[in-house]
Amino acid sequence: MNVMNEKKNLMEGIDERSSWRDVTPGGFVYGSGNSEYFNTGDWRTRTPVWKPDNCRQCLLCFPVCPDSSIPVYDGKRGDFDFGHCKGCAICAKICPFGAIDVISGSAGAQGSMK
Amino acid sequence: MSGNQAAAEAIRQINPDVIAAFPITPSTEIPQYVSAFKADGLIDTEFIAVESEHSAMSACIGASAAGVRAMTATSSAGMALMYEMLYVAASDRLPIVLAAVNRALTGPININADHSDSMGARDSGWIQLYCENAQEAYDNLIMANRIAEHPDVMLPIMICQDGFITSHGIENIVIEDDSEVRTFVGEYRPGKYLLNPSESLAVGPYSVSPYVIEMKRAVHEAMVKAKDIVRLVSEDFGRAFGREYGFMERYRMDDAEYAVLLMSSAAGTGKDAIDALRDKGVKAGLVKLRMFRPFPARELADVLKRLKAIAIMDRSDGFSATGGPLNAEVRAALYGEADVKATGYIYGLGGRDVRVEDFFAIFDDLSGLAAGRELPYCRYIGVRE
Ligand code: SF4
Ligand code: SF4
Repeated sequence: MNVMNEKKNLMEGIDERSSWRDVTPGGFVYGSGNSEYFNTGDWRTRTPVWKPDNCRQCLLCFPVCPDSSIPVYDGKRGDFDFGHCKGCAICAKICPFGAIDVISGSAGAQGSMK
Repeated sequence: MSGNQAAAEAIRQINPDVIAAFPITPSTEIPQYVSAFKADGLIDTEFIAVESEHSAMSACIGASAAGVRAMTATSSAGMALMYEMLYVAASDRLPIVLAAVNRALTGPININADHSDSMGARDSGWIQLYCENAQEAYDNLIMANRIAEHPDVMLPIMICQDGFITSHGIENIVIEDDSEVRTFVGEYRPGKYLLNPSESLAVGPYSVSPYVIEMKRAVHEAMVKAKDIVRLVSEDFGRAFGREYGFMERYRMDDAEYAVLLMSSAAGTGKDAIDALRDKGVKAGLVKLRMFRPFPARELADVLKRLKAIAIMDRSDGFSATGGPLNAEVRAALYGEADVKATGYIYGLGGRDVRVEDFFAIFDDLSGLAAGRELPYCRYIGVRE
């Protein structure tokens, strides 16, 4: 997982401060998989909270996350990617072991943003 | 050869990678001829018979984004159905070539020539060149790819000829040698394109407000640069084939005191009228605008500033209550640059003939205008009063 971190961001340096001369022709986006660079986590109004003590690492949660915000390393899930989690709570609903609570608010919005 | 045949011949010689088109009078024959060329093995174009003009332009956008030459042809309501995608083609900076055959937009339904269809697309970011006859339709199409695909431009282009008058009128024209045309047009080498296996790319993404105005500014710049490129490609065309094209044609303008300014086929009738007026000693001239987008404002002002009075003739009514788009833009070009008396005319809607006598009446008006007679900002001519 997280192969994105090894890739070069071809849109590096083009942002909301760029001159019109530097915005790509046609607004083309160079490279792929670059939604990682778009922080959608601050859209969140509810926030999942992982309780590692209850978690059995059954890994039912990570494939249902629509935002790929549950990282898995060496066969085990880690804490949420709050830079991208939108707080939909699907993971909490699927978890058979009560290992995910959902609290209101956007806690951790800037948390693990890469 | 008709204007439609001339356009089809140009397309055969260009041999574009993709044509996506839907039939609509009077441009139907263009894709029809092209599909015959394809069936006869004369071209290796992928011909996509789409289910609407919206799809035709969408398919051209897809093909062009993929990295190939894409062309289409349309008229009237067909162009109107493309409007949404015309803006996308320009914003995506895709050098698509459209052979447009001008026909009145429906309301009332009519199939004959006027410019209401392409005038509706004048703010879309497309380059627009207008043609008087079949030869010009052919020549401008041969130049179109090179203008549109130039790295400083990368904008789509439409080559407009008048429905039926030009598209179906038969004239003698010069068709250049296939290999010379292919050498002139050259290969298309896209910069970034979707089918490049070594680079991934997203085309046409949603653009949030921090980017839209920057993208429009870039299109604006491309349109400014397009002026130079139209000039350069036209000069190159003149060297290769001996026919000269500027932003406009000036007919008997050197010592003219009065002139009409218009676009496309009515210029032929206008020239006849001017020859007759010249025989009577009237210092009449004509300016036929070839390039409407980008709009050569400064060059027009230069040509018009010495005149006593001009008539600006629109083959569409912008319904601004002050006349058509050409009237508005030519006057804007003159503002602050030249103190020329001007009056506007709407003519030829829905295929109404504009006659030599109409031009005589207009030049009568112009001498009155120069002598201080009040004339309306714009009025209809060739209408039953
Ligand atoms: S709340 Fe939704 S977006 Fe956030 S981790 Fe769970 S499933 Fe993914
Ligand atoms: S579904 Fe629940 S128990 Fe299973 S890995 Fe996810 S948080 Fe842990």
